[in-house]
Amino acid sequence: MTPKKIVVIGSSWGGLSALSELLLPLRDDFPAAIVVAQHRHADSSLGLERFLKRHTSLAVREADDKDPLEPGTVFLAPADYHLLVEDDHLALSVDGPEMFSRPSADVLFESAAATYRERVIGVVLTGANEDGARGLRSIRAAGGTTIVQDPATAERSEMPDAALVACPSSLVLNLGEMGPLLNELCQAVRVTK
Amino acid sequence: MHGDLEDLEIELLLEAIYRHYGFDFRSYARSSIRRRMWKRAHAEGLTTISALTERVLHEPACMERLMKDLSVNVTSMFRDPSFYLSFRKNICPILRTYPFVRIWNAGCSTGEETYSLAIILKEEGLYDRTRIYATDINQNVLDQARAGVVPLSKMRGYTDNYLRSGGTAEFSEYYVAREDRVLLSRSLSENVVFAQHNLVSDRSFNEFNVIICRNVMIYFSKDLQDNVHELLYNSLVMFGVLALGRRESIRMARLADRYKPLDDRERMYRRIA
Repeated sequence: MTPKKIVVIGSSWGGLSALSELLLPLRDDFPAAIVVAQHRHADSSLGLERFLKRHTSLAVREADDKDPLEPGTVFLAPADYHLLVEDDHLALSVDGPEMFSRPSADVLFESAAATYRERVIGVVLTGANEDGARGLRSIRAAGGTTIVQDPATAERSEMPDAALVACPSSLVLNLGEMGPLLNELCQAVRVTK
Repeated sequence: MHGDLEDLEIELLLEAIYRHYGFDFRSYARSSIRRRMWKRAHAEGLTTISALTERVLHEPACMERLMKDLSVNVTSMFRDPSFYLSFRKNICPILRTYPFVRIWNAGCSTGEETYSLAIILKEEGLYDRTRIYATDINQNVLDQARAGVVPLSKMRGYTDNYLRSGGTAEFSEYYVAREDRVLLSRSLSENVVFAQHNLVSDRSFNEFNVIICRNVMIYFSKDLQDNVHELLYNSLVMFGVLALGRRESIRMARLADRYKPLDDRERMYRRIA
């Protein structure tokens, strides 16, 4: 079944611990797919997947091309690929880096906005560049929900700062507040279905 | 609604390209197509996909630029060194059992993968009995591939990749530097046939012992992937090897049960039926 909502997350410097803190409170039966573009070295292997698995009861896996978007699963963009949302599944690309990044949160967010429109929840976390800002704006333009980590609490504030400049009406939250809100936002849709 | 309108504009442009120029991108993965179209539109100073359609139809030069955006996949020499290590370890022993070897590098783009492969085969003592058919949809990238010229600035990264791919020689033996670029050795392309081939519309043209098609089908829709898998399957000898990209899995394909993993991690599969 195609999940009703989709959560897309962009993170960079400091993202590992931020992601684990965000995922921790998510319910076991979380009803949406979560797709993550975490910047990392082109050669990095499955360390990110292993690390996050220790912090969530949800399924975590590095995406393969055309993986179906299953609810309650955290899909990680593979190193050195862009990850895009395509209807009910994911797609990869090796197009050039965006903002020096591949994977790029902008690419992920824009593809999610184009297909899931107002059903996208975009989250920008800690990072030392401006990736994610443009993509978050396109999520907002499509009517989706935009969330930015409070720059004061981020290990590196450049990425949240840039996201707030591009998308000032975003919800500004601490990591600890995000999980419970995501539980609520994704749950609500299932009730109103 | 804005999203639906954009979808319609994209479909119309794809249809226009197909009907006027004969290139069929209609079954490509929509997410990447959308991105590449917008990139071209912005580069042309246009604000809608419809405006791009008009320019593409009336200016063949614009079509050529878009064609480049839609069909050129940038790669590097020895991308994923572990793949080439596995090629040496798992595929080369199979190739040694054949008196003559045919390899198809499908979607070779500007040739980085083809030349990397040629180097591996040379070092494994297999090159002289091998013919590599390197094909791409785009004639311009084939010309580049044939020329075998690489910007000097890329060679440091390539050298590093080469060493990690199990290289047994000095990488510099394979090229000569000319100012800001290097010319790859002619001996590497001696047994390579560069030819235009469209995976979407052309048929099988030979039987191969190995088919390498990495990070090409990621740009295709699932249905188109199944069609191309059919073509690759029909072009592979029994017990031949199909090698896909690092994050492409045969389990997505309708023909998955005709293969068994040779190296699952590196996405190498052997035809068994």
